[in-house]
Parts: sequence; structure tokens; C-alpha cells
Amino acid sequence: MSTAEMSTTARTGAISIRNVTKIYDPEGVNVLAVDDCSLEIGAGEVCMIVGPSGCGKTTLLNAIAGFHSLTFGEIRLDGEVLCDERRPLASQGADRVVVFQNGALFPWKTLGDNVAYGPMVQGTLSKAEAREKARHMLAEAGLGDVAEKYPGEVSSGMARRAEIVRALINDPKVLLLDEPYRAMDALTKSIMHEALLEMYDRTKVTIFFITHDLEEAIFLGDRAVVMTTRPCRVKTIVNVDIPRPRDYHLLSSEEFRVLVEEAKDAVHEEALKAFEAGERELA
Amino acid sequence: MTGSPVESVSGRRSEPPRGMALFAYRAGRMVRTTGPYLTVLGIGAWLLLWWLFSEVWYLPRFEKMPGPVAVLSDLFARDPFQGISIFTDEYYEHIWVSCRRILFAFCIATGVGVPLGLCMGWSVQFRHYTFPILETLRPIPILAWVPLSILMFRGFEAPVIFLATLASLFVTTLNTMLGVQSIDESYFRAAGCLGSNRWQIFRHVVVPGALPFIFTGLQISIGVAWFSLVAAEMVSGDWGLGYLIVDAYMNNVTVPMVIGMITLGFVGWGTSVLVRIAGNRMMQWRTRALALEGR
Repeated sequence: MSTAEMSTTARTGAISIRNVTKIYDPEGVNVLAVDDCSLEIGAGEVCMIVGPSGCGKTTLLNAIAGFHSLTFGEIRLDGEVLCDERRPLASQGADRVVVFQNGALFPWKTLGDNVAYGPMVQGTLSKAEAREKARHMLAEAGLGDVAEKYPGEVSSGMARRAEIVRALINDPKVLLLDEPYRAMDALTKSIMHEALLEMYDRTKVTIFFITHDLEEAIFLGDRAVVMTTRPCRVKTIVNVDIPRPRDYHLLSSEEFRVLVEEAKDAVHEEALKAFEAGERELA
Repeated sequence: MTGSPVESVSGRRSEPPRGMALFAYRAGRMVRTTGPYLTVLGIGAWLLLWWLFSEVWYLPRFEKMPGPVAVLSDLFARDPFQGISIFTDEYYEHIWVSCRRILFAFCIATGVGVPLGLCMGWSVQFRHYTFPILETLRPIPILAWVPLSILMFRGFEAPVIFLATLASLFVTTLNTMLGVQSIDESYFRAAGCLGSNRWQIFRHVVVPGALPFIFTGLQISIGVAWFSLVAAEMVSGDWGLGYLIVDAYMNNVTVPMVIGMITLGFVGWGTSVLVRIAGNRMMQWRTRALALEGR
């Protein structure tokens, strides 16, 4: 990718979430999942969304991706309306690609074919070209040797990395990650973080990253947005002014510790509220 | 074997065995486990009991049952006492006729049942139209369809194939539908946000995602096809293993009856093995993942 292309990608992908409210209606009881939530995410920003489990973070992601409708408010991508009250469900498209909590590589396709899938179905590349580009991008991510393997044959770390490659091959404006490293041990996680940062430094794609791991949020993000427990609203925003590229030595530095502490009190308070409310988590 | 790339100095393999070496490895592993010996032992014990009950002790209820010695000596006789052995042409004619009917029935049932099940699993509207009908027809025993099938079709062949098809159609359709419903929602979402249209989702998510259930269904369905085929052949037929059994009974020759039953068992087992092999070939992704888990 040339520098000119990179700078254009850097200027797109601004998400603006304005007064979004989502009311679920399971069995006739209204549940307020997201309440009048507003957030501006700049183009090329790594925005970490932090909050206790089941607080409604994923509801926000689902509205952006076009999986669920919103009830009030609007969401814009680079000024264009994705969804609002008149059209509550955004259309799904490869400009906003999701990486799922439990991984959603197609188990019946090899890693190479999984990565080639997006350009192939959109018709932007021929099948052979898509395969070639997929192999190239997998090799770049250190997965060249396993391109012909099925997801069931590789480690979860490799699978997750391939899933991010599958998203990036489409040149998305926004990468939406829903607690992608939740089930991983701390050591694998730190390797995954570095790989993600390395990919981010190359592409500068806007990242909307949901997590409940504070250290992850501070290590990866430009900002960590702490959400309240259900109904979901922005509680505080922690700005992470640590220069990139970052590596894992940062984890033991003073400035990192200070930022984690700053966010911790806010998150702890919400976690306690969530626990006491004892409500069942929403999807 | 010196200089073989498969085994290193320490005797540990440096790379997976291939070809003959793989065959030798598998055979060696099989001989070292207890499984095959237990199988031989189990079959031996079963044959022994059968022999004792029917040919040594003549237990009540077993007096009329031909024993293993009588059956096996007739089965392998050049000039069988009761008419059927592996040296008579009729024996193979019966097997061939039944297999041909199964082939037709299974192909029709799969060709109709799989697409039907895929649509039912995928489209809620289509399911609303069709599922109640399927659920009403499914519990009707195949034997209850016999009179109707004789009225509907002429000759021996068509009604029998119709009955076998019907039985396996229900199984295939239902399993395929459940297969589609079992696919994780996140695969649909992933396909959607990667820019697929509805047809592409059908082709790349619905069909491959349902395959494991489809093949489980096909294994059951070929078994069910054999059940209903034999039932149908007993009622109407001129050839076939089911006919052989009931014809032997009518003519009061019991050995061919038992030969027919045993043959049915083996042929049925063989066909379901074929379906399983086809399934494993089509689902390399699953076979390989299961192999890594040691299954």
C-alpha cells in the first residue's frame, strides 16, 4: 500500500454516535439497554469501549454493524447517516467489518479462502486475485505457512489474527472488535495486542474495540471510554497520550499505571452497580 | 529401514507417515489396541450362544430356528440343501435388486430432501408453509402407505421404491432443516458484514454449515430406506432380500430366511459405511479438526 493510499484511509472512518437509545422488548417488558448515548470517534482513532459485562456495549456495536436496530438517535459514518429513527437498521457492508467475540472464521474454509472471501463475494477481485492477495496478506501477518489449513487446525491466537486479516483485506473504514481476546491467557493476549498494534500502524483504520480489560484498553487505545452499567451511557473518557508505536515494556511503566488507576475507580463503581442490580446480561 | 525420512535416529517420527508407511502405522496401531480382539470375541460368543441354543440344547422357542452350522454350511455349499448359497445366481439377483431399489430411493430422497430441508431451515416463511405438513406425514408408519402405493403405482418396482423413498425423505429433510438451524448466528453476521448477498450466504454459509447434520441424516436415512424397502418387498415384490425372507417363510424353508436376514445386515452396514466415507471426504475441515482432538 502506498503512502498516498494510507493517508486517505486515515482521513475516513469517523463515527458519530448521537443520542442513541435502544430499548429491547423481550416478553413485553421494556429493557433500556442504551440510554441517550453520544460519542464522537475520530478517523483513524483506536477507541476502546470499557464497561462491565452485559452493560450494552455490544448493543452499540450491533447498531453500527447493522445487526440490530436502534430505537432513538442516529449514527453517522463520515457524515453519512448509517441509521436513525426513520431507518433504524443500518445496512451491513464491508466498510464496517466485525471481529466476533468467539471467532467467526468459517470452519469449512481454509484460512486463505476465509481471507479471500470478502473481495470474492463483493466482486472487487477475481477469485484467483483474491486468493493471491489473501496469501500475501496472511504472509505479512506471519501466517503464510498456515494459509492452507482449516481454522480447526490452528491455535485460537492464529485464528483470531487471521480473522483480523479477513477484515482488513476489504480496506474497511472501521474495524469493530467485540472482546476478541476474551478467552485468551495473558501471555497469548500480549502477543495478540502487539500484532494488532502492528497492523494498526500499517493501516491506520478506525478501531472500535469493546473490552472489559482495563489494561488492554489503555495499552491499545487512544482513548478509553468507560461506560455506565445498564442503561449504557458514557461515564468518563480517559485520554491515553502515549506515543506509538507501543510495545509490551509500556505495561510496567509509570504513566501506564497512572492511567489504569485513573480508569479503574470509574469501572469498579459501575461493576459494583451491575453486580448489585444482578440483571441478566444482554447479548 | 535405513535412511527412511519418516523415522529419525531416536525412533521418533519427524514428519507424518504417508502411503504404505501410513497404512503400516494404522495397522500396527490397530493390532496393539484391544478393540479388534474384543470385536472378534463378541461375535464368537454370540455365534456360540446361537449354536448352543438352537443346535445343542434345543431350547424352547429356538427349536425351529436354524442354527449357525446349518445356515453357514448351506450358505457356503456349492449345492445348497435349501436353495440359496453364495454359489447360486439367485442370491446375487436378490441382493442386486434390493441395492438397485435402495440406490434409486436414496438418490431421490436426498435430491429432494436436502434442498427442501435447506429452504425450510433458511426461510422462516417457507418453514411456516411446509413444516406442519411434514410433521403430520412423518409419524405415519411406512406400512400404512403400502395399500396407497399399490393403488398409485403399477408393477412391483415403483411402489417399493416409492415407499423406501418416502421413509428416507422425511429423515433427510428434518435433519437438513435442523442442520441449518444449528449454524451459529455469527457466521451469518460475518458473511453479511463481508458484503455477501443472500444467495452467497446460502452457498457459503447455509450449505456447508449444515453438512455435518445432513450427513448424520443421510446415514440414518439409508438405514430407514432399508427398513421400509424390506417391509415393502414383503408385501409386494418378485425379487429382493425382503422377498427372499418372506418367500422362504411361505415355503417353509427356514435357512434361506436367515441367510436373507444376515445378508441384509451386512449389505445395510456396507451402504452406511459408504455414506460415512462420502461425508468425511466432503467435510475435510471437520475430519481434520476431529482427528486433532483424537477422534
